[in-house]
Amino acid sequence: MTSVMERPQGRHLGGAPRRRLVVVGNGMAGARAVEEILARGGVNQFTITMFGDEPYGNYNRIMLSHVLSGEESDADIFLNSLSWYGENSITLHAGVRVDRIDKSTKHVFSNDGRVTPYDTLIIATGSRSHMPPMDGLYTPAGSVKHGVFGFRTIDDTRRMVQHAQQEHHRRAVVIGGGLLGLEAAYGLKNHGIEVEVVHSGGHLMNAQMGPDGGAVLRMSVEALGIRVHTNSRTTAVLGMDRVSGVSLRHREDIACDMVVVAAGIRPNVDLAVLSGLPVERAIVVDDQLRVQDEDDIYAVGECVQHRGEVYGLVAPLWEQAVVLANHVTGADTSSAYLGSRTATKLKVAGVEVASMGLHGPELDTDEHIVFSEPSRGVFKSIVVRDNKMVGATLLGDSRKVAYLTQAYDRGLPLPAERIALMFDVGGPGEDVGVAELDDVAQVCNCNGVSKGALVAAVKGGCTSVSGAMDATRAGKGCGSCKLLVKQVVEWAADFAVEEDPAASYYVPGIPLDKPALMAAIRKQGLRSVSQVFSALAPGKAEDAKSKMGLASLLKMMLADQYIDERDARFINDRVHANIQRDGTFSVVPQMMGGVTSVQQLRRIADVAEKHHVPLIKLTGGQRIDLLGIPKEDLPQVWADLDMPSGYAYGKSFRTVKTCVGKDFCRYGTGDSTKLGIEIESRFQGIESPAKLKLAVSGCPRNCAESLVKDVGVVAVEGGRWELYVGGAAGAHIRKGDLLATVDDPEEVKLLTGRFMQYYREQANWLERTYAFVPRVGIEHLRAVIVEDSEGSAGRLDAAMQASVDSYVDPWSERDDPLTPGQFRTSLPLTVLPQVPVR
Amino acid sequence: MSAGPMSTRPMPASHNLGPVDQIPFGEGRAFGVDGEQVAVFRLRDGSLRALSAVCPHKGGPIADGTIDRQVVMCPLHQHAFELDTGCSTTGAESLRTYDIQIDPAQNIILQSIQGAGNYSA
Ligand SMILES: Cc1cc2nc3c(=O)[nH]c(=O)nc-3n(C[C@H](O)[C@H](O)[C@H](O)COP(=O)(O)OP(=O)(O)OC[C@H]3O[C@@H](n4cnc5c(N)ncnc54)[C@H](O)[C@@H]3O)c2cc1C
Ligand code: HEM
Ligand code: SF4
Ligand code: FES
Repeated sequence: MTSVMERPQGRHLGGAPRRRLVVVGNGMAGARAVEEILARGGVNQFTITMFGDEPYGNYNRIMLSHVLSGEESDADIFLNSLSWYGENSITLHAGVRVDRIDKSTKHVFSNDGRVTPYDTLIIATGSRSHMPPMDGLYTPAGSVKHGVFGFRTIDDTRRMVQHAQQEHHRRAVVIGGGLLGLEAAYGLKNHGIEVEVVHSGGHLMNAQMGPDGGAVLRMSVEALGIRVHTNSRTTAVLGMDRVSGVSLRHREDIACDMVVVAAGIRPNVDLAVLSGLPVERAIVVDDQLRVQDEDDIYAVGECVQHRGEVYGLVAPLWEQAVVLANHVTGADTSSAYLGSRTATKLKVAGVEVASMGLHGPELDTDEHIVFSEPSRGVFKSIVVRDNKMVGATLLGDSRKVAYLTQAYDRGLPLPAERIALMFDVGGPGEDVGVAELDDVAQVCNCNGVSKGALVAAVKGGCTSVSGAMDATRAGKGCGSCKLLVKQVVEWAADFAVEEDPAASYYVPGIPLDKPALMAAIRKQGLRSVSQVFSALAPGKAEDAKSKMGLASLLKMMLADQYIDERDARFINDRVHANIQRDGTFSVVPQMMGGVTSVQQLRRIADVAEKHHVPLIKLTGGQRIDLLGIPKEDLPQVWADLDMPSGYAYGKSFRTVKTCVGKDFCRYGTGDSTKLGIEIESRFQGIESPAKLKLAVSGCPRNCAESLVKDVGVVAVEGGRWELYVGGAAGAHIRKGDLLATVDDPEEVKLLTGRFMQYYREQANWLERTYAFVPRVGIEHLRAVIVEDSEGSAGRLDAAMQASVDSYVDPWSERDDPLTPGQFRTSLPLTVLPQVPVR
Repeated sequence: MSAGPMSTRPMPASHNLGPVDQIPFGEGRAFGVDGEQVAVFRLRDGSLRALSAVCPHKGGPIADGTIDRQVVMCPLHQHAFELDTGCSTTGAESLRTYDIQIDPAQNIILQSIQGAGNYSA
């Protein structure tokens, strides 16, 4: 097929006639090079002709993995439509291959019989799948056997999808356990095909990581239901005219209906070789991307060898295309390509993989820091030499990648505490990593977008993540950098936010920060969420996203004076239970301090039996969770339990975890259980900007994990108690800061209440204490709460007391629903997936 | 609300879902109508909106969502949908919308499911 966009005539602007630029290969590098040339005013210098072997415009090859898995349609991956060529006066010969170049007369010969003259030529022929030698790969006629596929082009991908979707095709073997092989396996698995990966190396992705990382990756891949055979070489494809299996060396045959060969790629150099151009492993180019010893022929992409290196990922191609365009157009003749760093960041089969430099220590003096958590698929390995990072592999968690890449590229000095290389220790601190990042540091490796470019886009007005992504193309390749892109944009927007007040709004729908909002509510005597909207929202507009935060704030401020409009609550707070993925709810009765009784246990057992509760589970907060309760059954379940709510669903005080304490434990120095129960019964159900989880331990062995709680209490020798605040052990890990050490359990309760009230009044909506405490600073908190430096202690205590006094067990609504149909099912025909019964 | 082609016919099937005060202001309730699940919301201005009750994202119960005058937010993962059109403002697929009214006896009347609703893309 030949589709020719004839270029509009008479466009060129008098003066010198335009030179003829011919590009062979319309893949990612060829098209990018042309885009770069156009960006440097190429239209006025050249008439451009492109030849592409594939009968299409130019598409994003990386996305073929997503096309195979069905996450993306093949129509969506095109980068430049056919009309783009026309608009830029480019003549495209799609589906036409160039067979030979005559470099002395400067012509190219293509397989449609055409002879095309050039002044400047660019070769961008890319690579093809490597078919390693094995028996039975080809039919006697010489074509690849039916059911055997490479994985390189959109046609390969379409054929694979078609084959996989045929009913009787159930099993596939993928040869090769590298990037492409795993992507192919993952994609086919999504079509319900049973997949086995046969890899000749000792571990998966051995080009990117060492054996330990490979072992963790293997577990992640196997968890997807993909079988892996390492150290296995395929010797033959079985079957007469169609595939029936493969034979392995020293192993049993595997039966299958299709074989995907992903055993590496080979540069397309036939054309160059035939035409007498210098080729080693690939076409040899100099630092200007000019083919060695040729004046008018350039080459770019996977088909080139530069300073001995041949690249197989897109990031280096982008850098090459820029240098090439600078020379071809004369825009910057000093520009030079010096090779690309080998740091790669990918998403393979759903797993984030980043790798740079060495895979493991080589010298006796090399430091090797390794963290491995196979059950989560997380593996991190860092090699340090002379206090410089010389290699890293990260699997399953790429949050520190940006920082590590920079440390690797620039040889930055490293923190003495090496663990900080792998994790954000203390505080939410993610933004620190982003702030540290250099402007030239590459954020999106696929599209070569630097931090500086993203920041510029944000400064230029693209303050949304998606806007900045659209403007820069960041995150539009493999997608593995999206988290980092988001962090950079947020960080950059934050800076602009000094003038943009929206970020300081307590809730998005009311243009006031927390102190101003609270002052306005007090001054105008507002008592309900709808009153706040009509008094303070622009255009009196309600805002669904703001309702829950306002409801919580008003309840905190007004206690029993609050007018509780149920529609302002989140569903959990309307029905006092935690909504589950299938629309049922979980019920967690109060079990103060994790202490229960025979009667309670018996009653819970009876309820679970009567209501056929699908799952009974112990929670992390030392209670019992009954899961899978339909909404309409909640009142009856509560009535049968006849226990108060454990508040396992709200933005509120949740629970106090306690250890055994001194009555039983031989180490105990304080009665942690008793104090925990007293704290929980005092503060039960108190709402707050985010949830509050507490603990009391009877000695510094800290069995109740008090150091990682929002408020944690530890008994120490001599009948004293330490009070820690701002700890966390969830999405973030932070050790709490010591607020005070006191002699009396009553004093513990008082300070706990005062701290929580201060937090309720000062913290932003959804700001956990682990972020709040470092934000305001522990010294400040100590001053206000312990030393009463602002003279506010009495007021804080009184406000907390009012909240405590207005407590009503929400489950008492069972007898008298507050709104019509409060507990009516929202799923009248319940067709949703059910929580599995255990 | 736009009327689909069938609503111009003389005999649109309508369903009486009962008194409007089964739905508290600012909340939604779900109804099974002709084998379909419909979430009916009663805005704080008293008007009604009706959308299909099952979230296209992961099947969340839309009637349990939080609303304002423009959108409903699904309780499971906070995808938002315009109450008037069913279009998602967060990139999910759309919800179907239905024609809905309150009759003089303060009953909720849902217009014929076949045809009267629109699928907004
Ligand atoms: C499934 C898959 C997933 C990938 N995932 C990633 C990833 O996540 N990250 C990453 O960085 N890289 C990834 N890659 C690699 C990336 O796609 C390549 O590095 C990139 O496409 C190379 O660009 P190129 O222009 O050099 O070659 P190509 O994109 O292959 O373009 C070469 C073009 O030239 C044409 N051609 C060849 N010879 C001739 C001729 N004689 N005449 C006319 N036309 C000719 C070919 O048909 C082809 O269209 C992936 C590759 C595949 C196949
Ligand atoms: C003789 C000494 C100890 C006794 C009697 C003891 C007793 C207990 C008991 C009864 C539990 C509760 C188990 C459960 O809920 O299933 C527990 C939990 C725990 N203990 Fe100990 N413990 C002792 C020493 C230690 C020490 C020295 C440490 C740590 C260094 C420790 C760390 C923990 C932790 C982390 C938990 C889990 C807490 C939780 O599940 O909430 N224990 N201990
Ligand atoms: S924290 Fe101390 S007192 Fe409490 S159970 Fe553990 S060892 Fe015993
Ligand atoms: S199910 Fe509705 S947002 Fe996920």
